[in-house]
Amino acid sequence: MAKTLKYSCTDSINAFITTVSETLYEDGPLSGVTIGVKDNISTKGIETTCGSHILKGYIPPYDAHVITLLKASGAAIVGKTNMDEFGMGTTTENSSYGPTLNPHDTGRVPGGSSGGSAAAVAAKLCDMSIGSDTGGSIRCPAAFCGIVGLKPTYSRVSRFGLVAYANSLEQIGPMAPDVMGVSRLFSVLAGYDSRDSTSVDRPYTHTPDPSIDGLRIGLPSEFFGEGVDPTVAERVKEAVGVLESAGATAVPCTMPSMSHALAAYYVICTSEASSNLARFDGIRYGPGGDLRKSWHEEFSDRRKELFGKEVRRRIILGTFSLAAGYYGRYYHKAQTARQMVRDDFTRLFQDVDLIAGPTMPTIAFKLAEKSDPLQMYLSDILTVPANLAGVPAISVPCGKVDGMPVGLQLIGRHFEDEKVIDAAFAYEQEAN
Amino acid sequence: MVESEDVRKIARLADIGIDENELTEFTDQCSRILTYFEMLDALPAGSGIDRGLINVFREDEITPSLSQEESLQNAASTENGYFKAPRVM
Repeated sequence: MAKTLKYSCTDSINAFITTVSETLYEDGPLSGVTIGVKDNISTKGIETTCGSHILKGYIPPYDAHVITLLKASGAAIVGKTNMDEFGMGTTTENSSYGPTLNPHDTGRVPGGSSGGSAAAVAAKLCDMSIGSDTGGSIRCPAAFCGIVGLKPTYSRVSRFGLVAYANSLEQIGPMAPDVMGVSRLFSVLAGYDSRDSTSVDRPYTHTPDPSIDGLRIGLPSEFFGEGVDPTVAERVKEAVGVLESAGATAVPCTMPSMSHALAAYYVICTSEASSNLARFDGIRYGPGGDLRKSWHEEFSDRRKELFGKEVRRRIILGTFSLAAGYYGRYYHKAQTARQMVRDDFTRLFQDVDLIAGPTMPTIAFKLAEKSDPLQMYLSDILTVPANLAGVPAISVPCGKVDGMPVGLQLIGRHFEDEKVIDAAFAYEQEAN
Repeated sequence: MVESEDVRKIARLADIGIDENELTEFTDQCSRILTYFEMLDALPAGSGIDRGLINVFREDEITPSLSQEESLQNAASTENGYFKAPRVM
């Protein structure tokens, strides 16, 4: 029996691009739970912009698989959340619809690219949200906004209906105020879908279990060294201490592949983006074109006008990395570096069950603080390894520095999302 | 290290328009980013990624899909069930 939910909110932090004033929901495990959906996930009949002017007015004719699942679970989708244009950013300042502000300090960014999803949950504008994580886009804003966010094992959640940015890296995942909420939402999202050819039939039916006696947790020195704010590193080490007091063992280790991981990530994601974003011509969806111009002239002018600078920069970088004469030096070598990251995880996971470190090297940046693109890219160093390897990773709040939330990141083996969730749950139970 | 002429050429290949007054900024930023990427070139060529994956195929059968109306609903300009686009030649 469908019920109606009327929704309105005072969105002073610009968390939503679109809100839905009236939505129908069914009985089910998430009946009546209000959900914000990142605006790169297709919602039938609800405008989906990807934070870009090029998709302004685009109304998807179909639902993403995760939206079908959410509706069947009884969840009430109350809005589409703000994001860096096509997921390209770490601050949500690259949205064509203005930045989202951090609810803990409106002079700071919420992180990105799923910044609207994180800020909406942190500001209690909705109960839970879903985001997508290509290089940290769920975990970074979860850390900066003080909520929990999970990037599932690659292939565990269908990407059908997710507007593609970098297919080999990205996953849709749950965001909620606490680990139990993330677990409930993940149980709805995970599972097989024939429309995503990378989908694997590994549903999630787990209930978080805080008993972690005997768990071995690796602490790579690279996660606590150069480039990481010492006060953030200290807070995360204290959180690992809490897990030790709950029965876990901390094991010092190293991850040498980290030295090349960020460069590899940016070569791969920009290369995939330069191909994926070629579909945005403004003709089949979007504002249309000047039919008197030639194709290349119109296409080029329209994309200059409607794509933001970061999107254009990444398309240029990706096109360059794939160009004849450069492919061998950039794209091919990035695959080598990616394999090195995978090999490091394989080696470490022979000795430890999980790897822990900070989610982000600092607390949330001030607005406009990261105006240089390369400086912004470098802040993704601790989140990209999980995407390169396809392993699950969660960010759970672990206290504050200068009044701003800090995230503890826990990374696990492929398909051991359950273990990652259990450890995050154990920390949450011990710390609170 | 890239020159502004390289950026102009790549932008043209990618159909990403660049204004003359943006060219210096884009060249400078891309140059620094590509210089950072160059660390990768010191790595061995390797054999690519070992994901242990197999291709997923399905039978070539017709299944329900979007109608023509739904496919065209977001286009600004259509005619007789087709998208109208600028001339290619």
